[in-house]
Amino acid sequence: MKFTLKVWRQKNAKAKGRFETYRVDGISPDTSFLEMLDILNNNLIEEGKEPVAFDHDCREGICGMCSLYINGRPHGPDDLITTCQLHCRKFNDGDTITIEPWRSAAFPVVKDLVVNRNAFDQILQAGGFITCPGIVPDANALPIAKKDADESMDAAACIGCGACVATCKNGSAMLFVAARVSTLAKLPQGRVEAAKRAKAMVAKMDELGFGSCTNTGACEAECPKGISISNIARLNREFLLAKIQD
Amino acid sequence: MSLSGLFLLVFLALHAGLNACALVSRDLYGTVCAFMDTNPLVQLMVPVLAGGFIVHILFSLFVEFHNLTARPRSMQYAVANKSQATSWASKNMFVLGIIVLGFLAIHLVNFWSKMQLQHWIGGEGQNAYDLIVNLFSKWQFCVLYLVWFSAIYYHVSHGFWSAFQTIGLTNSLWIPRLQCLAKIYAEIVFLAYAAVPVCFLLGIRS
Repeated sequence: MKFTLKVWRQKNAKAKGRFETYRVDGISPDTSFLEMLDILNNNLIEEGKEPVAFDHDCREGICGMCSLYINGRPHGPDDLITTCQLHCRKFNDGDTITIEPWRSAAFPVVKDLVVNRNAFDQILQAGGFITCPGIVPDANALPIAKKDADESMDAAACIGCGACVATCKNGSAMLFVAARVSTLAKLPQGRVEAAKRAKAMVAKMDELGFGSCTNTGACEAECPKGISISNIARLNREFLLAKIQD
Repeated sequence: MSLSGLFLLVFLALHAGLNACALVSRDLYGTVCAFMDTNPLVQLMVPVLAGGFIVHILFSLFVEFHNLTARPRSMQYAVANKSQATSWASKNMFVLGIIVLGFLAIHLVNFWSKMQLQHWIGGEGQNAYDLIVNLFSKWQFCVLYLVWFSAIYYHVSHGFWSAFQTIGLTNSLWIPRLQCLAKIYAEIVFLAYAAVPVCFLLGIRS
């Protein structure tokens, strides 16, 4: 297969970015999208040019590092997968593919397609944990209803890639925060600090410049892990109840 | 914004019910208008209603400008998201709100300023039924009002379920149910409102 790639190039956070057009040829349909970018980078290095910087790590859809906005969709033209799980067979031979970094004031571009998602870490540090003084109890010591355990695990599937922020027209991180709050709110261990957690994480999210949720549902549609917006309703419940109790 | 929105949704349904009286008979509509003009609770609720609108507008302005900072124009994508998963209304609530507000001003000038406002300032209010007949005999006004009702339809079709989601009264079971209810509510409100200009223009009522 051959593709024309329109790739966002930006030297650093302060530099003005622009699109560069590249052509790649002889790509197998079974090549992963990131491998195709590796091939492009090999070509660029051989030509003595600067390779394209992009985030990647596990390449099996669990680390949340890959973060490309491909042809108008975070993680490309497929549902419930990350960019690293995307393959070239999802495109047509001869296609022009536009690759952009996540766009959000809270995710500044570091270089080319790499953005700084440290804001997510800061939100987690604000309250996305449980405090467990003393000896950690046995995992089965507390009975948990299957329904609650399932809902908690479904929310825990969030890999923090930031596709929700990238696709949201408001640059809102509500789905990410909601997933983290829900994971713990559905478990007895997490209930102890639930009110404090919801307030702290929402406050940090606002402080870091993420937008407000207007319930477009774009985040759920583009989330590679299928996190439901019902978690946002839970976050809103937790947050409002915590505020009322103040 | 969700609470003020829910409050305005109740008003919308009440107003639609009052409008429907004009489709039944001139006398019934006259009785209802007289009740609205004189009932003390209604007089008290008028400023509350205006307050509801103001709160809703102020919050929407705050949210819109906050979101413009989070995703400024300079950070728009070269290729816009073409996902069909999100409704057109949900992505255009602010613009729809501006359209609704603009037409609301025209509506207040056409009706409220010639009716209830006149009573408040000691003047003589015009007959509401006559106002309807005169205004909706002109097709241009009918088209204007239908555009307005369409904007309300789209605004409500998202706003209804979105309000419940924002105050946390939804879950995975109730989100699709409320989205369905929102469409039904918006359709009923649209049809109830649109029936008045259409019936008067076509001469079904006169």
